[in-house]
Amino acid sequence: MYNFEYKKAGSVAEAASIIGADADAKLVAGGMTYIPTLKQRLAAPTTVVDMNGLGDLAGISVAGDTVTIGAMTRHAAVACSADVAAAIPALADLAGHIGDPQVRNRGTIGGSIANNDPAADYPAGLVGLGATVKTNRREVGADDFFIDMFETALEQDEIVTSVSFPKPVKAAYMKFPNPASRYAITGVFVAQAHDGVRVAVTGAGPCVFRVAAMEAALSSNWSADAVADISVSADGLNEDIHASAEYRAHLITVMAKRAVAKAG
Amino acid sequence: MTLTVSMTVNGESVSADVEPRTLLVQMLREHLGLTGTHVGCDTSQCGTCVVHVNGESLKSCTMLAVQAEGADVTTIEGVADGETLHPMQQAFHENHGLQCGFCTPGMIMSSLDLVKNNPDPSEREIREWLEGNLCRCTGYHNIVKSIDAGAKAMRS
Repeated sequence: MYNFEYKKAGSVAEAASIIGADADAKLVAGGMTYIPTLKQRLAAPTTVVDMNGLGDLAGISVAGDTVTIGAMTRHAAVACSADVAAAIPALADLAGHIGDPQVRNRGTIGGSIANNDPAADYPAGLVGLGATVKTNRREVGADDFFIDMFETALEQDEIVTSVSFPKPVKAAYMKFPNPASRYAITGVFVAQAHDGVRVAVTGAGPCVFRVAAMEAALSSNWSADAVADISVSADGLNEDIHASAEYRAHLITVMAKRAVAKAG
Repeated sequence: MTLTVSMTVNGESVSADVEPRTLLVQMLREHLGLTGTHVGCDTSQCGTCVVHVNGESLKSCTMLAVQAEGADVTTIEGVADGETLHPMQQAFHENHGLQCGFCTPGMIMSSLDLVKNNPDPSEREIREWLEGNLCRCTGYHNIVKSIDAGAKAMRS
């Protein structure tokens, strides 16, 4: 790891001013991706700004049909929350299958979505439910937040503060996890969301994406059979030692079927 | 540049001068001499470095020492009561829950966090909880038996 200055943020505004003034200063939330990135010398920040002291960014609240999760809320807190389990059980289920217990005790929703790893679980949950990302400057819909591999709509001095999830009629998430890391080789989140049917795929492509053909089919017939014959092209999908693009394309249909069956 | 970091480790107040990039596990092993916490993969997957920070298990190879400023840390060295093994350690001993022993400190620290929240875990719950702890001797069967026995001993 290259050395860096360490600064514990006292407020969101202070953190924003540091990263706004220095493009090589970076935030760390749970650090479950960023610290391994530093260890591999894939990043060389001037200053690491630690968000872990900002307790007011952590917490879960439910108001009406909306569940709001603070950016520094750990995956374990979402997985164990009775409020989340009651309002959106698919979201608690998704959080409870990220990484392993020790990763879930440390990793945060804000860190996960700001990093936008192509194999992260939360992007599928946000896009699948039509969530809204709140930052220190504005609100961004999930469909517009995730841009490309490790790229989001966040500006240089913009910081995620919370995510609001509208309660769906029904929803479920199924993933084919990497056996070692539990990252999604392919994960599919399906929902009868507040604004219609949504099918969001993570792990398969460079960035989370929706499958319009599956959404249309499920809108008229909510059943696993409705998506069984819909295949997604392997063009542009991820390919690595764990799975070929064709295999990932195949998994999209399989995981979509299983997710619809799970949602009931 | 170094920073002075102070925390409580196994009930004792400690401090050390570390760089910002010093990992918690490096501080424990190299500055404090607590070598019971191991480094296996160094990529947050194997779990040999699991310690408790403020009562929760986490991977000390994926946390900066400065992030543990003021924290209450427990390592495998802080589990036994003097010469008397903790019931979970005793259960690993009695059930042959180890072969080479390299993964054992992490297995025990992880299992203690499981039992804290789930005093009577099923075999499936134990196996799922061990997602982040790898044993390369392939000794999982006896490790699961050990945790089941340890949890039982801790309940009584």
